[in-house]
Amino acid sequence: MNLLSCRPSPAADVGHLTDAPIALGPLLEEAASPDRGGVTTFLGLVRNHQDGRTVVRLEYSAYLPMAEAETARIVAEAAERWPARVVVRHRVGALAIGDVAVAVVAAAAHRAQAFEACRYVIEELKRRVPVWKKEFYADGTIEWVDPTARPARVERT
Amino acid sequence: MPVRVLLFAAYRDAAGREVIDLPLPAPATVAEVLRQLRVAVPGTIALPERPLVAVNQVHARLESPVADGDELALLPPLAGG
Repeated sequence: MNLLSCRPSPAADVGHLTDAPIALGPLLEEAASPDRGGVTTFLGLVRNHQDGRTVVRLEYSAYLPMAEAETARIVAEAAERWPARVVVRHRVGALAIGDVAVAVVAAAAHRAQAFEACRYVIEELKRRVPVWKKEFYADGTIEWVDPTARPARVERT
Repeated sequence: MPVRVLLFAAYRDAAGREVIDLPLPAPATVAEVLRQLRVAVPGTIALPERPLVAVNQVHARLESPVADGDELALLPPLAGG
């Protein structure tokens, strides 16, 4: 894959939410261009544990039209704040442990802009995009995940 | 005036329904729609006092106005990413 090729980006008709597996390569190609030398990537993978319980699989569902619109608004905000191109995909449907649940790729002329734009988009996505996660545990129980009900976690540096 | 209420995820499970069309006196606010909903659909009584809401696919507040034909969505705590 030549990330810096000058051929046109893939058609922009792909939605931000998808029920197909997320492959990083095409997203890198979509974000990159010869004038953008810094590319950052955030991948959220399906984790096999949550609050001490073993997770075996999960399902994402979404309020699709709003999730698309809100993600587009966030990407547009990032484009206003940083000279960066940001590409986002979020899975819906059934996922297995290790699957890519979300991918954010930010490309800018320099790394600082790319890091900042990428961080902004993933944080705002988690805060604003209407997506819900149903976790299936090893003990047979099933729960809708409620991040607001969890004890606050301190980010360690 | 008719208002369409959409329920998702845990709220949909609690209500047993995904789409509820409510007749409401105009003008109304999101809070008024919620009050009517709790009366009309018993499964929604357990919803939080101040749930996340969206009107016509944009985040809104309990005080936000709701107009004829609007789509009001009740959003359980978001868990994307």
